[in-house]
Amino acid sequence: MTEKTELNRRSFLKATIVAGGAVVFGINLPILTRAEERLGLSADPAADFQPNAFIRIAKDGKVTVTVGQVEMGQGVLTSLPMIVADELEVEWANVSYESAPADKAFGNPAFMGMQGTGGSTSVKGFYNPLRKSAATVREMLIAAAAQSWSVAPGTCKAESGKVIHAASNRSAAYGDLLEAAAKITPPSDPKLKDPKDFKFIGKAVKRLDSPEKVSGKAIFGMDVRVPGMLYATILRSPVIGGKVKSVDDAAAKAVKGVTNIVPLEYGVGVVATNYSAARRGRSALKVVWDEGSMAKVSSESIYSTFAAAADKEKGLEAKKIGDVVAARAKSTRTFDAVYWAPFLAHATMEPMNFTADVRKDGVEVWGGIQAQGLVQGVVAQTSGVPADKVKVNTTLLGGGFGRRFEMDYVIDATLLSKAAGKPVKVVWTREDDMQNDFYRPATYNKMSAGFDATGLPIFWHHRVVNDAIMARAGMAFGFVLKPDQLDDSSFEGAHNLPYDFPNFQCDWIRKDTGVPVGFWRSVGSSHTAFSTECFIDELAFEAGKDPVAFRLGMLEKHPRHAGVLKLAAEKAGWGKPAPAGVSRGVAVHESFGSYVAQVAEVSVDKAGKVKVHRVVCAVDCGQVVNPDTVAAQMESGIVYGLSAALYGEVTIKNGRVDQKNFTDSKVLRMNEMPKVEVHIVPSTESHGGVGEPGTPPIAPAVVNAIFVATGKRIRSLPIKPQELVGKA
Amino acid sequence: MAKLSVNREQYDVDADPGTLLLWVLRDELGLTGTKFGCGIAQCGSCTVHVDGEAKRSCVTPLSSVVGKEVTTIEGLSPDVSHPLQKAWIEQDVVQCGYCQSGQIMAAAVLLKAKKSPTDAEIDQAMTGIICRCGTYNRIREAIKMAAINGGK
Repeated sequence: MTEKTELNRRSFLKATIVAGGAVVFGINLPILTRAEERLGLSADPAADFQPNAFIRIAKDGKVTVTVGQVEMGQGVLTSLPMIVADELEVEWANVSYESAPADKAFGNPAFMGMQGTGGSTSVKGFYNPLRKSAATVREMLIAAAAQSWSVAPGTCKAESGKVIHAASNRSAAYGDLLEAAAKITPPSDPKLKDPKDFKFIGKAVKRLDSPEKVSGKAIFGMDVRVPGMLYATILRSPVIGGKVKSVDDAAAKAVKGVTNIVPLEYGVGVVATNYSAARRGRSALKVVWDEGSMAKVSSESIYSTFAAAADKEKGLEAKKIGDVVAARAKSTRTFDAVYWAPFLAHATMEPMNFTADVRKDGVEVWGGIQAQGLVQGVVAQTSGVPADKVKVNTTLLGGGFGRRFEMDYVIDATLLSKAAGKPVKVVWTREDDMQNDFYRPATYNKMSAGFDATGLPIFWHHRVVNDAIMARAGMAFGFVLKPDQLDDSSFEGAHNLPYDFPNFQCDWIRKDTGVPVGFWRSVGSSHTAFSTECFIDELAFEAGKDPVAFRLGMLEKHPRHAGVLKLAAEKAGWGKPAPAGVSRGVAVHESFGSYVAQVAEVSVDKAGKVKVHRVVCAVDCGQVVNPDTVAAQMESGIVYGLSAALYGEVTIKNGRVDQKNFTDSKVLRMNEMPKVEVHIVPSTESHGGVGEPGTPPIAPAVVNAIFVATGKRIRSLPIKPQELVGKA
Repeated sequence: MAKLSVNREQYDVDADPGTLLLWVLRDELGLTGTKFGCGIAQCGSCTVHVDGEAKRSCVTPLSSVVGKEVTTIEGLSPDVSHPLQKAWIEQDVVQCGYCQSGQIMAAAVLLKAKKSPTDAEIDQAMTGIICRCGTYNRIREAIKMAAINGGK
């Protein structure tokens, strides 16, 4: 994304005494985005108080942190409260969280200011605001105690939920200071802790959301139950973009429990008193579809279109250094390769679902979503009810990976509730989910490079052909992608290749295939790391150099890439013999401000089956809030990327997605899980993300190891065992 | 009206006998800890115990469990005290958490049969349960920890 949003930040704190004598400290950080404005979520210019981070302290000293970011596994319900607990000086056992509703005041400073969870930005966005908020509250509590003791605040300190005046051996619990603290004028510039005094930040603090998630009590969107609620399913066009031509719903209406058949432009909704009845009703529908313009599109036609474009079309220049054409002419050895990455489905464990209660006087919705503010606006537009009458309840997300940025399932529930006049929960089947995704864009990469007579790499030319995610998805953010405009999300990781080539060019050729594409964990880097890290590996072998040494030789200007690469290599025992039958491959990639290198240990059997035994991962994500969360996210990113590398592929035939369920779209299982070791580079750099950066390097690391094992270069994903039969 | 015993409580369920146990548990009884993931017994998020054996409730008709004892994640312990639940917390296993009810229910059956399961036995018992967050290694460690703590 190339636009910048002007953030208007003013810090202001207001303390309010609420029921039971608890005090809520609301911190102002008003932010408004163009996108949210466009959706009618206007800021009130007269309001000088919009709580951004709520810290509630109860009389018993319990602290509740209201978290505006959503939890989809990445640990944000633990990491953000940790930041508060540290500056506030309270015991971890007294800290809990609650999820915030949609409110523009919870805008994420690192996410264009909108209330969204994505781009690996939660800690990046909220670290400083939360520290400052909590420090402000702490100083107010200290001031309140000091006042009551008639001592200088500077002679008191806060510790474990108490203010202590050591000289007079007095202390007061926070819970007893609340009323007085609420009357203190908030300091404008509270003193932040010295990082050496951190009690939680930087420590492996246990997740707060474990107990509810191991007892079945956690509420995901799927688990929402509203009094009087009906259940729904939607029969969608089997062809991408198809529309309903005619419906025979006589048999469906006759199914016991079915209450409404709702014709929609893109499908037919079946609403019933229970989900099983809705499914039976759906099975009984007879629909004739207008298959539309996609009915002739297939994976093969898309590949041919991309290949022709790569050869013939100029495209847009994403980055240029020197002159690759002249350098090619001067090269004594040149290398050309085509790398292909397929469309991929997100396949979150929890299929899409959403619950809406559309009434004339207001709307309430529930579900797992990544952008609460946008949901509020979309529900308002869809229902015709003003946004300020739309209450958005955020549940836990059974996986997000970018899929829950989309609004399709939100619109489903809103339309069906409006039609039925009752609360409706719409639940997608796994097949619906897999066949109606916004896929990771398939990407064709035409790559070339050359060495001069001395064997030095002198040029790199990468032509990326794919769909533009932002062409559609950007509109939700108030962003219109012009035809001659670059969409970084299509080629990020390729145009900013860290390796030093005197002549470098990255072109992007946008091809609108009509296949819906969206943000898939690590976005552009999910495919650019594969193409670039495999091709650089090819060059290393062509140069007769060790792949780690070859990369390091071209990373002099990129010490953080070099740092993780060296660390991963060292921890993996690079240069020492691998276990018998096992080969090693390496890759390094930066995404979302974090640098990750991985060494994969792989074996290939006679039938061509690939087994990944061990992955050694080094990450430099700047300062770390919770090292165990960082490790968990690296493990998670690796598994997600490995599932895709080994099995992930969405193919299209006559406009229809071939894959339906986990039978024909396999994912990694327990028996295939490699050992994963994560090593974190100590750093004082600013925060990078961790939710996504673990994913990009695994496919190239595995593919590069397969080359060592078999001599075969895999240039098309997923890895196909039939290409490796008898090669090991 | 079907008579159903779930977590040692008796229920009269007014549902078609062919209705799948998953939806009876979730929609009729409000026991939403058991999850819908694939609907075809491929992902294991819906795993429950029927007379002590692990069953995929998404393909199990109501009629087949009448007269049998069904246990869901809600019935595993009243207070998160099952050794597997404690080990799951200790190992920080969960991420999104959606599949974890199924993972724990499958592991509970394994630990009843094997006091100290080997890696191969863990693979065999757990490979049917998909986790998209990639918590497999932590699940393995948690099962071993629970086994040491006498998990049943």
